[in-house]
Amino acid sequence: MTQLALIIDLNVCVGCHACVTSCKEWNTSGPAGFMSDDNPYAADPTGTFFNRVQTFEVGTYPDTATVHFPKSCLHCEEPPCVPVCPTGASYKREEDGIVLVDYDKCIGCKYCSWACPYGVREIDEHQKVMKKCTLCVDRIYDATLPETERKPACVLACPTSARLFGDVHDSESVVSRAIRDEGGYALMPEWGTRPANHYLPRRRTEIKIHKDELIRADNPLKRETERPEGPVTEQTLDDVTSW
Amino acid sequence: MHPAFSVIFLTTLIGTGQGLFVALYAAEVLAAVGLLPVQERGVYAVGSLVVALFLVGGLIASFFHLGHPERAWRSAARWRTSWLSREVIVLPITIAAALTYGAVHHFGWNLGNFSRVSPVGGDLSLIVGAFGMLATFTLFVSTGMIYACIKFLQEWASPLTVINYTLLGLASGFIFASAYVAYVAPALLAFCAIAAIWLVLLGLITRSASLIRNARIKSKSSLQTAIGVRHTRISQTTQGFMGGSFNTREFFHGAPGWMFRSIKWIFLALAFVVPLVLLSFGLKERSTTLLVQAFIVHYLGLIAERWFFFAQANHPQNLYYQAID
Ligand code: SF4
Ligand code: SF4
Ligand code: SF4
Repeated sequence: MTQLALIIDLNVCVGCHACVTSCKEWNTSGPAGFMSDDNPYAADPTGTFFNRVQTFEVGTYPDTATVHFPKSCLHCEEPPCVPVCPTGASYKREEDGIVLVDYDKCIGCKYCSWACPYGVREIDEHQKVMKKCTLCVDRIYDATLPETERKPACVLACPTSARLFGDVHDSESVVSRAIRDEGGYALMPEWGTRPANHYLPRRRTEIKIHKDELIRADNPLKRETERPEGPVTEQTLDDVTSW
Repeated sequence: MHPAFSVIFLTTLIGTGQGLFVALYAAEVLAAVGLLPVQERGVYAVGSLVVALFLVGGLIASFFHLGHPERAWRSAARWRTSWLSREVIVLPITIAAALTYGAVHHFGWNLGNFSRVSPVGGDLSLIVGAFGMLATFTLFVSTGMIYACIKFLQEWASPLTVINYTLLGLASGFIFASAYVAYVAPALLAFCAIAAIWLVLLGLITRSASLIRNARIKSKSSLQTAIGVRHTRISQTTQGFMGGSFNTREFFHGAPGWMFRSIKWIFLALAFVVPLVLLSFGLKERSTTLLVQAFIVHYLGLIAERWFFFAQANHPQNLYYQAID
């Protein structure tokens, strides 16, 4: 079985919202129709988004960390939003585990949004149907795109590669390795939803190196000794060029 | 959660209709076994018409909740998994049962198959009524389970939710029945009013139990589990946008704190205490006016009760929508 998912690396996310805008751009121009906005340039703007980036502050000043936190549908393996849907408009695909909404069946009762603990479903106030991340199902299988571009729009847009995309059921995939090696975790595990999307934690990288390792003791050609200071009276390259 | 008036009216109106149907059928069954005086069949016929009106009123209110009411028929599809789908199926069945029950009485239809034809005039109405009772109680359970089955809405995820929906529906139906029979069949007044008093009392107990339970709820989710960072001090600097969104509108009641707190006492007074007094005096004085007043006050109280029921539920998604920047 395949379960496609996104892995979000909180360690490298800089909170630039490139995934938010690229997601909106791709999906509002998609075959499923626009994602409506109201008052985009006026007071009290509001609109439908599949993906939001939020920011949290951890700790007390001055000992704080800023965590930028992108949030979209987690394509849960036990999605509580699916069985509650009275019409069957919300469903989970057998073949790749993507949770989708059939906009032609949805009656806009909002019950599925109540049944998602993560608040990632948003009703479209004009089309009156429930919307959420599609994992860019209309991109990732598009054979007219070059193979490298058959990825979600948000993944391609991310300048720091904080978003990885792949099959979390294939234990050798990039995403499974990342979860395994980098301590990937699921959100709100207490509700048993088993999200497919995982997050990689903030982590500090420290070089563990001792002072005596900085200079090679064994250096017969003396290649790495400090070079002699040049005569300071002469002009150097630094004085004549501006970098 | 944001209380939607469509759902408030849906649940309170069908609750009253269902309770009234139970009152009518109980009166007929008790008359059939000789415990209550036999009434004219018109009492049941008109009564079931009123039941159907309450249920249809609720059905109409529910359409205002939908983005695409014209597709509402699709919602019968997933009855295997969805309590909402089950409610959508059972509600029209209950309406049909109530109307059939009324028609059986109005036209005096009878099977005549049983040797002992009941003194109320027939056996068919008892059978149709029993079927209606089954539908009515299935509807109570479905309505309650729509809310009780969402386990992370911890204020709702309790059998008390189903019990309260059932008891409050029955109570409002019996209060209405008391006022109704005070007009058309005074002999049933004592039965209906005393049953109503008991149901209001029981409802007060179970609703208070859920209030006490909810006051002590310890939320299972926290910012720590929501973003997966292990630290005692986490605060949101921004939810990611400056204006509102579906998530900030649908899941917060938005009422000021004083209003939220006062609604609780208002509904406890209007839905329970005042109707109890009015019912008791209405029964004692045999005063139709007092009984009608009891129903009106109780129904207003129920609207407040339902508002509070929604407003009190704290959705875990709210953890993600705490700060605008
Ligand atoms: S994140 Fe929410 S909407 Fe997405 S599958 Fe899980 S429960 Fe459903
Ligand atoms: S809003 Fe649409 S997708 Fe969600 S439960 Fe209702 S019908 Fe299903
Ligand atoms: S996978 Fe596609 S739909 Fe989902 S958040 Fe990314 S860009 Fe948006």
